[in-house]
Amino acid sequence: MSLTRRETLVLGGGALALATVGLQPMPALAAAADAQALIMEFTGGKEPQSGRITLTAPEIAENGNTVPVSVSVESPMTDDDYVEAVMLVAEENPNPDVATFRFTPMSGSAEAATRMRLAKTQNVMAVARMKDGSVFMDKHEVKVTIGGCGG
Amino acid sequence: MAESKPRVKVPKTAAKGEVITIKTLINHTMESGQRKDSDGNPIPRQIINMFTAEFNGSKVFEAEIEPAISANPYFEFTMRVPESGTIRFTWVDDDGSVYSEEQAIEVN
Repeated sequence: MSLTRRETLVLGGGALALATVGLQPMPALAAAADAQALIMEFTGGKEPQSGRITLTAPEIAENGNTVPVSVSVESPMTDDDYVEAVMLVAEENPNPDVATFRFTPMSGSAEAATRMRLAKTQNVMAVARMKDGSVFMDKHEVKVTIGGCGG
Repeated sequence: MAESKPRVKVPKTAAKGEVITIKTLINHTMESGQRKDSDGNPIPRQIINMFTAEFNGSKVFEAEIEPAISANPYFEFTMRVPESGTIRFTWVDDDGSVYSEEQAIEVN
């Protein structure tokens, strides 16, 4: 195979351009994949449905160090039918796992609130797992003005 | 690390079967492990990794906590009050320390 100097340059440049284009969306995709893997582990491989769970978070968080979030799941919270757990996931934090809340029928309602850190603007997800194994998810994008993971 | 002082807000009285709201907070830096000191060395993680609430020995609520929970971790949740008794809160630190707080609830 014989390439002229010019052809080699063109090829090399093309490859470089391709690599740049190909690489740029990677971190976001990788983060989303991590979050997805985490959710699948929590649900036991089931795809979560929408409904029953409501995630409340601000649309804009000025300070990513302390973002108030709350979750609420519709459930009678009886011994046979209650919400076992709710997992909070922040797709693009260095570690997407935020917290897992575990409820019991004694909780009376599946409602909880906390304050979390968000490194940057991203989707926050809440996934609920019921006693019968069904899973539900809600998702909320939070725009972050100042990220909250230090550096 | 500064002393971790829990603060809880629980109604002192409730009707039997009433669902009450409980708020808790504990002073803690929640060092995420992501930060670096002025020399560029990573600051090791030290967080509260578990929070539990039990009423008369039965579990009411539990949170498994990751570094993405803010400093001075705050939790708000609910409980159905079956009878008079004591609610006990426990926070577990990465360094093995356990902080706890109790409050009585009287059914009227």
